[in-house]
Amino acid sequence: MTRAVAPERRAERFIALEEHESTHDRLVWGMRQHRDQAVAGVPEWEGLRELASQIKEHTLTNLDHYLEQFEENAKKLGTHVHWARDTGEHNAIVYDVLRTHSVRSLIKSKSMLQEECGMTPYLEKRGITVTESDLGERIQQLSHEPPSHIVVPAIHKLRTDIAELFAREIGSDPKNAEPHYLTEAMRANARPRFLAADAAMTGANFAVAETGGFVVCTNEGNADIGASVPPLHIASIGIEKLIPRARDLGVFVRMLSRSALGSPMTQYTSHFHGPRRGGELHVVLVDNTRSERLGSPDFWHALKCIRCGACMNTCPVYRRGGGLSYGATYSGPIGVILDPGFDLEKYRELPFHSSLCGSCTQVCPVKIDVSDQIYKWRRVVAARGMLRLSKRVGMSALGATLAHPAAFRAAESAAETALAGLPRFALYNPLNPWGRHRELPDVPRTTFRQWYLEHRAKEDR
Amino acid sequence: MKTAREVILDAVRRNVPRPAVALPPLPASRTQEEPLLPRFRTELEAMGGRSFAAADAAAARTRIAELFADAKVVCSAVPEVPGTCRVEQLQDPHELRDVDVGVVRSRLGVAEAGAVWLTQEDLVMNALGVLSQHLVVLLDPGAIVATLHDAYARLDAAASPYGVFMAGPSATGDIEGVIIHGAQGARSLTVLFLHEQNHSIR
Repeated sequence: MTRAVAPERRAERFIALEEHESTHDRLVWGMRQHRDQAVAGVPEWEGLRELASQIKEHTLTNLDHYLEQFEENAKKLGTHVHWARDTGEHNAIVYDVLRTHSVRSLIKSKSMLQEECGMTPYLEKRGITVTESDLGERIQQLSHEPPSHIVVPAIHKLRTDIAELFAREIGSDPKNAEPHYLTEAMRANARPRFLAADAAMTGANFAVAETGGFVVCTNEGNADIGASVPPLHIASIGIEKLIPRARDLGVFVRMLSRSALGSPMTQYTSHFHGPRRGGELHVVLVDNTRSERLGSPDFWHALKCIRCGACMNTCPVYRRGGGLSYGATYSGPIGVILDPGFDLEKYRELPFHSSLCGSCTQVCPVKIDVSDQIYKWRRVVAARGMLRLSKRVGMSALGATLAHPAAFRAAESAAETALAGLPRFALYNPLNPWGRHRELPDVPRTTFRQWYLEHRAKEDR
Repeated sequence: MKTAREVILDAVRRNVPRPAVALPPLPASRTQEEPLLPRFRTELEAMGGRSFAAADAAAARTRIAELFADAKVVCSAVPEVPGTCRVEQLQDPHELRDVDVGVVRSRLGVAEAGAVWLTQEDLVMNALGVLSQHLVVLLDPGAIVATLHDAYARLDAAASPYGVFMAGPSATGDIEGVIIHGAQGARSLTVLFLHEQNHSIR
């Protein structure tokens, strides 16, 4: 069996960096609070969530029709449309287009799909220089790390980490960790690269079937520089990104950045319909397990995701452990339900990297049942015989106890003594990493049942 | 052998969940009790932009000269402001590399986000909106709608190869969440409310 990513061990390393952990927790929770304020300013918010969910479900239950419609309309606009079954096909198509245009350097804006495809290392191995144009992505590229958050990729780093990185990589002052200085240093470093690039790559937040166009949302305007300066623009689009009509954008654009950062919309919401004057436009429609997921009654709703990151910002496990602890392209609760669909063996531990508190489900703007899906992935892992030994032993004992009321009562009373006397054996053994950093609260002197029989049972009769 | 396109579409057809979900109707435009101009200005400011009224074209030119006293290259796409260079006379976007101030006109503003809609026709060269160090946008105060629903109902997004809602200048919060303007695109965005002489919609 493939070696599984061990999120709790990775999280443990992050938590050990105390300042990183507390800053990360504060910043990520801050985004959740900004989201709440923004949502409070839109009285029809719950109606929008329902609408967004229905539009996505409608599109996904008619996806073949909308894909064909998108392709037809995109071609009418002069866009070249390519189809890729998997990451290998995606990368080969992109490389082929770049090669025929003799591209040596390209600038790209943030695309989780291109991360999923491992595109940058693939192209660099073939001699093409790839520069991330989003500041956070550029920080991650220079650090040789994947993004830790889908909206703010380097949020797990402190300003001092970035000062050190930039001093080493772009020659800025190592002693100056002021964010304005660091951002300006990267602007000065990146601009000549933008002007010298032969091509640009972007992802897409939405693809509109009715028009054959697509929309990219950024705050830096980096996708727009890419699309407007070099003559060639290639966009990678997952097949689940489709929406039927341009007017549907109103619903999604109103929700995306309010959910992500708490702003009414991203600074730039850019619509591309065919090549710009003097330019050439390609889109690559990518499946990579999406069509398979569509056929799964338990998991197809995850395809509604608009990648806002609200579920990450609210997740107590994500906030404390950091995004890199997931060891996968997608982190946080959405990662927990997407990653096992790409590689169940590798990501079999991720569904357990959750407290199942359900907050993710509550904040999701397109009403994905995130926490239910996390639970269902646990069942898949168990059914495939992939549960870790500690969980198998604990779960079977627990199952037998909970199934028989008498056994449960005996265990409950015994627990009073047992937990008081032997807590470290049961919870803090080396098999259970979750017990390592916390203590149980004091055990009450009576069980709930004893208390209930004494105080309330008579009144109820 | 089947093409990737056929394989994907076949798999999608085989797997689309049943029953199909109906496409819901979109909300109708509501009459806005709130006046749109003050809301637009407040939201634009929150996004890091600023706005001024301009009584006429001369007032707009004076305002630009005051705000950007050090600017050497002012590249204009509008008749009201001559600038030091005309974007329609340029051949290649790389020629915009030294532009200090770009001047364009938007034909649609969105109050709930302080956003302006700009197309390839408005910008003439799309890069003017993002390579200019500072951007000035002329907007008719009567061209503001309340929400993005209203905006999408009014505009034809597919009419131009490029259309962008800009809500304030380029911004990033990628270093410890500190909001900084001028990440990669324009460092500042200034809206000047100036009635359009010719009301024909381009």
